[in-house]
Amino acid sequence: MRRFSLIAVPYIWLLALFLIPFLIVLKISLSDAALAIPPYTPQLDFAGGWDAVKTFFADLDFENFEFLTTDDLYWKAYLSSLKIALISTGFTLLIGYPVAYSMARAAPEWRPTLLMLVVLPFWTSFLIRVYAWMGILSNEGLLNQFLLWSGLISEPLTILNTNAAVYIGIVYTYLPFMILPIYSALEKMDDSLLEAAEDLGCSRTSAFWLVTIPLSKTGIIAGCFLVFIPTLGEFVIPSLLGGSQTLMIGKVLWEEFFNNRDWPVASAVAIILLLILIIPIILFQRNEQKQREAEDQ
Amino acid sequence: MKKLMLASATLALIAGSATAEEVRVYNWSDYIDEALLEKFEADTGIKLIYDVFDSNELLETKMLAGGSGYDVVVPSGTFLQRQITAGAFQKLDMSKLPNMGNMWDVVSSRTEQYDPDNAYSINYMWGTTGIGVNLGKVKEALGDDAPIDSLELVLNPDNMAKLAECGVHMLDAPAEMIPMTLKFLSEDPDSHDPDVIAKAEPVLTAVRPHIQKFHSSEYINALANGDICVAIGWSGDILQARDRAAEAENGVEIAYHAAKEGAQMWFDQMAIPADAPNPDAAHTFLNFIMDAQNMADASNYVYYANGNLASQPLLEEDVIGDPAIYPDAATLENLFTTTPYPPKVQRVVTRMWTKIKSGT
Repeated sequence: MRRFSLIAVPYIWLLALFLIPFLIVLKISLSDAALAIPPYTPQLDFAGGWDAVKTFFADLDFENFEFLTTDDLYWKAYLSSLKIALISTGFTLLIGYPVAYSMARAAPEWRPTLLMLVVLPFWTSFLIRVYAWMGILSNEGLLNQFLLWSGLISEPLTILNTNAAVYIGIVYTYLPFMILPIYSALEKMDDSLLEAAEDLGCSRTSAFWLVTIPLSKTGIIAGCFLVFIPTLGEFVIPSLLGGSQTLMIGKVLWEEFFNNRDWPVASAVAIILLLILIIPIILFQRNEQKQREAEDQ
Repeated sequence: MKKLMLASATLALIAGSATAEEVRVYNWSDYIDEALLEKFEADTGIKLIYDVFDSNELLETKMLAGGSGYDVVVPSGTFLQRQITAGAFQKLDMSKLPNMGNMWDVVSSRTEQYDPDNAYSINYMWGTTGIGVNLGKVKEALGDDAPIDSLELVLNPDNMAKLAECGVHMLDAPAEMIPMTLKFLSEDPDSHDPDVIAKAEPVLTAVRPHIQKFHSSEYINALANGDICVAIGWSGDILQARDRAAEAENGVEIAYHAAKEGAQMWFDQMAIPADAPNPDAAHTFLNFIMDAQNMADASNYVYYANGNLASQPLLEEDVIGDPAIYPDAATLENLFTTTPYPPKVQRVVTRMWTKIKSGT
């Protein structure tokens, strides 16, 4: 019984915060847009009894999903979001891993301070930090003023309102989510393993690739997921730092919802986004399970 | 105890707080003299809760979701019309609005297009959509006879190519940009015919490479700082940029013109949501706003024209005397208004806008 209640907690969490909202969005995605409050039809009316519920379900259809296939805007936006998310995850890993590695190699009395420094930016609102980047990257901004002053460039660089600014914003914002899990994996690592590798003739570099990297794999994968998943649906960073040519599904979703006032199509876009995210997660978990089974044998 | 207090607070909210009078107002950001809010509380004893938003779309989504909790909201004309159709607002009780007689027929005859008989709303402010220029930089790029009061400046690719260097922003609002482009082409700016609307696309696509950003509020700062030299924007916003630049004494001189080909005129209307918790206090607030002195104070502060005739003698000379705020009769004749797109056309417009902006 006690065990059951322990397991129940995460499941209730999942039900209340994931499954129920998902079903509501799914329901809206199968409805039709209408000029009413709320702006879609049909509405579920329990007062009408069983018949009303039956007509309600009869009125739902997959029209909005079919609509998404008629315009290339949607899949292009999905693809472009995937590309931006993959590239930013790559950059975050490239920067995050060395940071996490040096943190884990630092003297133990320094580690809490270093950890604190990584977490510190969270004390300021995310929005304000993105706004600060607008000040840094703009044509008359700090970065350009510094580069002009140092004589490296003679004309200000246009960075703000381009895809480059979006990458900078995403990598900056999500870097801690990459550093923290890798750090926690590396910190737990047993140093004697590296000594053993060197005793057995490994150079320091190959010991790093053959021992350290595989042992921090869980941290790398967790970090990549923590960065990739929110980046895919990112809206704030591309809309503040990106230009009009930055195509991301988060922006398309916003336009469907606010400009077209078409909640059903917006919901359909959201459902597909969720499916795109769920498939790699399931594949990843399957893979993990297989590995575990292989190790057990 | 805490729980009990919370419960009673919730109850009071649900009951509509019949005794403790309050009114919740949801208005555009930077759109009122804060001193007026204090004056309202002092005059009426009603507690005023004042929130702000910065896009009609955001307000409309709240209105259509229902239960916003606001007593007074300020949608613009076409949005108001759509929300009235959806049943989002309640009819005004004219017996509670004795100051209604102060309103200006020039404005109220135009707002009837959105709100027949002005039964649901009163005008707060109105203005035009036009062109803001940094005089120094534009003249540097195009010479002293630059067409700063004409759509030629922003829709002719030759001019735009020369302006691209110093930066051009356009409103990220197809409902403003497409009528403007149609006017440039001498088409009906309020056309709902997809074939006519499609004529705007090649014109905007041709100037697209020279536009730095489509955004509906950043241009205020960008113009004032000298980051950009031309912006298509709303009259009061560009005049704000002009004043900020003048205050900063940074050598930036901004001018605003409603295009001589004809410019869009818009209206921000105060209305009471159908489910407003305190409709009586909301009427008191509307009546307070329609007071001649109060409305004059508001316009003197935000540099937008209002729809209140009685307030005009009380306006400062740099407001009533500025043709960028109160256009002369000839310009007024030249202004046009638009009506909301039906949903199917709206989708065409949004799609075309995305294509123009992103090339996809």
